[in-house]
Amino acid sequence: MSHSLFYLLSFITLFFALLVVFAKNPIHSALYMVMTFFAITCQYLILNAQFLAIVNFIVYMGAIMVLILFSIMFLNLNQATEPQKSSLLKFAGVISAGLLMLTLVGAILKTGGGDVPFELIKPDIGLVKNLGKVLFNEFLLPFEIASVLLLSAMVGAVLLAKKDIN
Amino acid sequence: MNSLTNRKKVLESKQMNFWERIYLPAIINGLSITMKHFFKKRTTVYYPEEKRSFSENFRGLHSLKRDENGAERCTACGLCALSCPAEAITMTAAERKPGEEHLYREEKYASVYEINMLRCIFCGFCEEACPKAAIYLDGDIAKAGYIRDEFIFGKDKLTEPVIK
Amino acid sequence: MDIAFIIEKLILISAILGISLVIAMYTTLAERKFAGFFQDRVGPNRAGPWGLLQPLADGVKLFTKEEIIPTHASTFLFVLGPSLSMFTACITTAVIPWGQDLFLFGRQISLQVADINVGVLYVFGVVSLGVYGVMIGGWASNNKFSLLAAVRSASQNISYEIAMGLSIIALLMMTGTLSLREISEQQSGMNWNVFYQPLGFLIFMICSFAETNRTPFDLPECETELVGGHHTEYSSMKLGFYLFAEYINMFVSSAIMASLYFGGYNYPFMHLISNPNIAALIGVAVFFTKILLFIFFFIWVRWTVPRFRYDQLMKLGWKVLIPLAIVNIALTGTGILIFGK
Repeated sequence: MSHSLFYLLSFITLFFALLVVFAKNPIHSALYMVMTFFAITCQYLILNAQFLAIVNFIVYMGAIMVLILFSIMFLNLNQATEPQKSSLLKFAGVISAGLLMLTLVGAILKTGGGDVPFELIKPDIGLVKNLGKVLFNEFLLPFEIASVLLLSAMVGAVLLAKKDIN
Repeated sequence: MNSLTNRKKVLESKQMNFWERIYLPAIINGLSITMKHFFKKRTTVYYPEEKRSFSENFRGLHSLKRDENGAERCTACGLCALSCPAEAITMTAAERKPGEEHLYREEKYASVYEINMLRCIFCGFCEEACPKAAIYLDGDIAKAGYIRDEFIFGKDKLTEPVIK
Repeated sequence: MDIAFIIEKLILISAILGISLVIAMYTTLAERKFAGFFQDRVGPNRAGPWGLLQPLADGVKLFTKEEIIPTHASTFLFVLGPSLSMFTACITTAVIPWGQDLFLFGRQISLQVADINVGVLYVFGVVSLGVYGVMIGGWASNNKFSLLAAVRSASQNISYEIAMGLSIIALLMMTGTLSLREISEQQSGMNWNVFYQPLGFLIFMICSFAETNRTPFDLPECETELVGGHHTEYSSMKLGFYLFAEYINMFVSSAIMASLYFGGYNYPFMHLISNPNIAALIGVAVFFTKILLFIFFFIWVRWTVPRFRYDQLMKLGWKVLIPLAIVNIALTGTGILIFGK
C-alpha cells in the first residue's frame, strides 16, 4: 500500500518539479512549485513524520510560496524587458547543476540504494513529542545556533530595507 | 480676527493619553453604543402595508373638481397651462351643447385635459392660477411605471368621481 | 477499517459539511438583519416570515446570473480561485471536536472527523492556504485593482499569521498538546483557557478577524480604494463562492476560538448527568451556542468599528501584536515556573 503510494507521490513530485522548470509563465511556475511541496508533504506523512509534514505545509506552502508569488506579482515580466543571459552564464549554470546532480547520485549510491523498500528504524521519531525531545536534548546547540543564524538574517534584511541608517 | 458669530470652534490636536492610544476602550465604548441601538424601538414604517399620514400642505396628484351639482368646474381658460413652469399641462377647449348643463358648469369646457406626470414638478402653481377652483393637488403620491405613456394623465384619471 | 467505521465517518462528514453550509447561509441573513438592528432599521423582511427565505433567494439569484470571464483572464486560474477559497474554508472543520463520544448500537462514535496529534498546526496550515484563493483569483482577473487586493491580502495574512502563531504558543505551553480534542478535554467544568490566557485570547481574536478578512481588517475588498477588491471581475456563483467562503471561515474560526479558549463542548456540572449520550448532546448544543455567540460578535464588531488604513493595519500587526504575543509567552513561561502547571 505505502509502497505504491510512495511511487505515485514521487511521480507527482517529479512531474510538477519538471513543470516548474518548463512553465513559460512565472506565476504558473510558482503554482506548480506549490504542488511539488504538497506532494513532498504527503511523502513526509507516509514516513510518519507528522510534525515535519505540517511544518513543510505551513512554512513552505503557506508562507514562502505566498511571498514568492507576492514578489512575482510586483515584477513586470514581459519578454521585451527580460534581459538575455550571456552564454557564459548559461554554461556556468549547466556545470553547477551537473555537479549538484553528481553529488546527489553519489550520495544515493553511497547509502546503498537498490530495490530494498525503505524501513524506518524508529517509526515514532517524527511525532511532535519525540522530535521535540530529540531537538531540545541531543541537538540543543545546533538548534540554537540555527535560530541565531535566522535572527542575524532577519536583522540583515531590516538593515538592507532601511534607507538611511542614521 | 474677530469672528462674526460665536459659533467658531478652535481645533486643538492634543497628545493622546495611554488609554486613548491603546484604542480598546474606544472600541468597547463603540460596541456598547451599537448594542444600545440594537434594542431600541425601530422607527421603520412598513410602507405598502401602513402609510404615514400626509401633512396638511402636501401636494400630490392633481384632481379636477366638480361643483355641488356634479358638473365639472373647469372652463378651459388655459391659465393653469400658462402658469405651469414645467409646461406639463395641455388642453383642448370645446363648447357646451344644450342639454349638457349637468355635465359642465360653464359654456366652455375642456374636452381634452392632459398632464404629463414626468414633467410635472408638483409646484402647485396651477392650483393657485385657477380662477374657478377647478384643480387641486390633493391626491396620492404619483405611482411608478414601466411605460412612458402611462404617465400622461387624461381626464379619465384626473376628474374627480361624481358624488352620488 | 471496517464498513461501519467508514459509514460513520461519512455520515459525520456530510453532517458537518451540511451544518456549516446552513450556518454560513443563515449568517448572511443574520449579518443583514443585525446590521439593520444596529442602525435602528428592520433589515430584510420580505422573503418569507421575517425574511427567513432571503438566503435562498440570494442563492437563486447568484446561480441564475450571467457568468462572465474576462477575455484576457487566465481561465483555469480564474475558476480555480473561488474553488480554492471554498475548499480551504470547508476542510478546516475536520479537526474540530464537536462533542464527547456517543455510544450508539454498541459502538463508541467520536464526534470528530480526525483526531490528529498536530490538530492546531493543521488548522494553521489550512488557514495559510486560504490566501491562495484570493491571490490566484486576484491575479487571474487581469485587473489592477484585483491584483492590488491580492497583494494586500497576501501580506496581511502572512503578517497576522505570525502574531496568531505566537499567541497560540503561550496556550500550547500550558496545555502541552497540539490535539484539539485533548485541549478541549482539559477545560472540563469552568476551567476555560481564556481565564489563564486573556491576553493570548485577545491577540488570537484580533488575528482571526484579520485572517477572515472581516471588518475592521477587510482591506482586500476595500470598496473605497479597490472597487470590489479581489472579486471585482467575478460574477454569478463564483462571486458567491468568495462571499460564502468568508462566512464559512467566520464559522470555523468561531469554532476554533470556542474550542481553544472557551472550553469547547464543556459546560459546568457536566459530570452530574449520568447518561453519557445526553451529556454529549448537551455538549454539542453548548458548543454551537458558543460558536453562534462568536459569530454574533463578529457581526457586532463589523457594524461598529470602521476599517483600518493599510499602514495602520501593518503597524498593528508588526509593532503591537507580535511584541505583545512575545511578552505573553514570557509571562506564561514565568507563570508556569512559579505556579507549576
